[in-house]
Amino acid sequence: MSILVDKSTRVIVQGLTGREGTFHAKTCAEYGTQIVGGVTPGKGGTTHEGWPVFNSMLEAVDKTGADASVIFVPPPYAADAIMEAADAEVELIVCITEGIPTLDMVRAWEFLQNRRSRLIGPNCPGIISPGHCKIGIMPGHIHREGPVGIISRSGTLTYEAVYQLTTRGVGQSTAIGIGGDPIIGTNFVDAIELFNRDPLTEAVVMIGEIGGDAEETAAEYVKTHMRKAVVGFIAGQTAPPGRRMGHAGAIISGGKGTAAEKIKAMEAAGIHVARSPADIGETVIAALGVTARA
Amino acid sequence: MKIHEYQAKGILKKYGVAVPRGEVAETAEQAEAAAQHLFGAGASGVVVKAQIHAGGRGKGGGVKIAKSVKEAGEIAARMLGMKLVTHQTGPEGRIVRRLLIEETLPIEKELYLGIVIDRTEARPVFMASAAGGMEIEQVAAENPAAILKEYIDPGLGLEGFQARKLAFPLGLKPQQLNSAVQFMTSLYKAFAETDCSLMEINPFVTCTDGRLFALDAKINFDDNALFRHPDIRELRDITEEDPLEVEASKYNLNYIKLDGNVGCMVNGAGLAMATMDIIKYAGGMPANFLDVGGGANAEQVTHAFEILLSDKNVKAVLINIFGGILRVDTLAKGVVEAASKTHIQLPVVLRLEGTNVEAGREILKQSGLNFIVAETMKDAAEKVVAAARAS
Repeated sequence: MSILVDKSTRVIVQGLTGREGTFHAKTCAEYGTQIVGGVTPGKGGTTHEGWPVFNSMLEAVDKTGADASVIFVPPPYAADAIMEAADAEVELIVCITEGIPTLDMVRAWEFLQNRRSRLIGPNCPGIISPGHCKIGIMPGHIHREGPVGIISRSGTLTYEAVYQLTTRGVGQSTAIGIGGDPIIGTNFVDAIELFNRDPLTEAVVMIGEIGGDAEETAAEYVKTHMRKAVVGFIAGQTAPPGRRMGHAGAIISGGKGTAAEKIKAMEAAGIHVARSPADIGETVIAALGVTARA
Repeated sequence: MKIHEYQAKGILKKYGVAVPRGEVAETAEQAEAAAQHLFGAGASGVVVKAQIHAGGRGKGGGVKIAKSVKEAGEIAARMLGMKLVTHQTGPEGRIVRRLLIEETLPIEKELYLGIVIDRTEARPVFMASAAGGMEIEQVAAENPAAILKEYIDPGLGLEGFQARKLAFPLGLKPQQLNSAVQFMTSLYKAFAETDCSLMEINPFVTCTDGRLFALDAKINFDDNALFRHPDIRELRDITEEDPLEVEASKYNLNYIKLDGNVGCMVNGAGLAMATMDIIKYAGGMPANFLDVGGGANAEQVTHAFEILLSDKNVKAVLINIFGGILRVDTLAKGVVEAASKTHIQLPVVLRLEGTNVEAGREILKQSGLNFIVAETMKDAAEKVVAAARAS
């Protein structure tokens, strides 16, 4: 079982004809995802690697019945691509693009209010439901189907956590990279809510990092609403204040957004926090044991 | 990206925000000339302000008032070239290379105005406070109610009523209200049009004669938006940045220098931070943050190596790569190439995982180079910390 995506999800690739778009469309299709076409304005009517290319999202959705899109459009045009996808009313928009100007995202975020699309990202690896559907750039083969939901602000650190689980025989229901930018579509609380409702997810791993207060807000939600075990990790325990640690959103500013604050809030909410990144897998196994006995 | 106060004021002036009259000086002679102009134009005094990318300059001795041209020159001569230490510079301080010479004003009140992007609301927030001159973080911690906030609809901008909602509680006089609203509206316009990530006017001052001024100005820009502001990109002052960080930025490497002795090279920001953390858990201290990104090639890996090794504190190197899109064998080739090219003498611990990992490990084995191979992150951290201690 999975959240948001499954074998029936039909995906349009925005920016299909670019290098990144082409490469990842192929790996997603090889994984079993239904890639049904692409959008590159001006190249409509042609085909690319066997897929039909459309001039607009509206046309692509109309012709293919797509209900999701994945965006590989360069940063200057990516926020516009998000809005175009929302205007075409796809249910799920996954924006992989890194480096979108923050004020562009402010506009796109505003545009998404009161529209039916959910945005994942930007600046994220995407979403995967092992064995069912992969919309993103993560290596599919390290995943395995199972009971653990994963939500993360990071890319390769998510792969690390998945790998620790898979090598210990623990599979994943769905892994979502929510993105490393300050303004993102789906946040920790949104994703935790979805996993809370998913009957086949037994435990959730949230991988946060310094900057902002999304982890604290999520901890509040977990404390009052979550019925499943939650394991957490916060990257950047040794990060200096005032410096942007790679991700646009990973910065301790004005003394706020430190790992220590987040870990404190998470532990107070009953979240099992792995202090060392090497212990994420073992902490999940221990937490699953607790849930099983309860 | 950060800029200097004088640059920020230059931008604000273009948007019609009132700033004190002033000139930039790089020598004591220029400072005297600037003071001469200001006194000639009727100033009763001048302020000599050190231009560095850090706050707290006043307490550190980087802001001084002069009553004459000669005094301005003397202060400038002392300030230029001095190492200015503030609570934001760290103990190493910053060398003062430029000064802003400004007219003094008959200040009545010191207030605060600021604009940042609120991550939770996903929109800009305009902040105002009567507690000017203090650090806003301190005000937020001690008396959060003293900070007024208005969230801005990106499609509308700062509306007049919002500016008035902020201005009235600041205790401005009725006759100052219109100019305050105009001041704030211009600030927001500058913020939005130049893609700022932060704008602070602290203090925003009222004068005894009723005028309003941005006495200080701090602007940070959104790095992601610099592509559409080539003029702003020109304002970057690399002398304010760490030389190794400047070098790394040339090759699109995300590098931040830290104080430890374990150099690390990682793909992905989250994993890079986690690697720093696990080094500390193993009893060591990271020398840097270095994210080579998802699509690093052999050339970038070589440059990354060179940058790591130019940090003389580095005693051992940890390479932690989780190959997803970046295949491990490709990376291993890059590492071998870089290691041979740079004649690396330090111990290098490699932890490689992911796509084509067997082929990658084989390449390392065949290279004849003396790498220490680790299986897990924990194993890697322990090995590199031990190696750093031994070397």
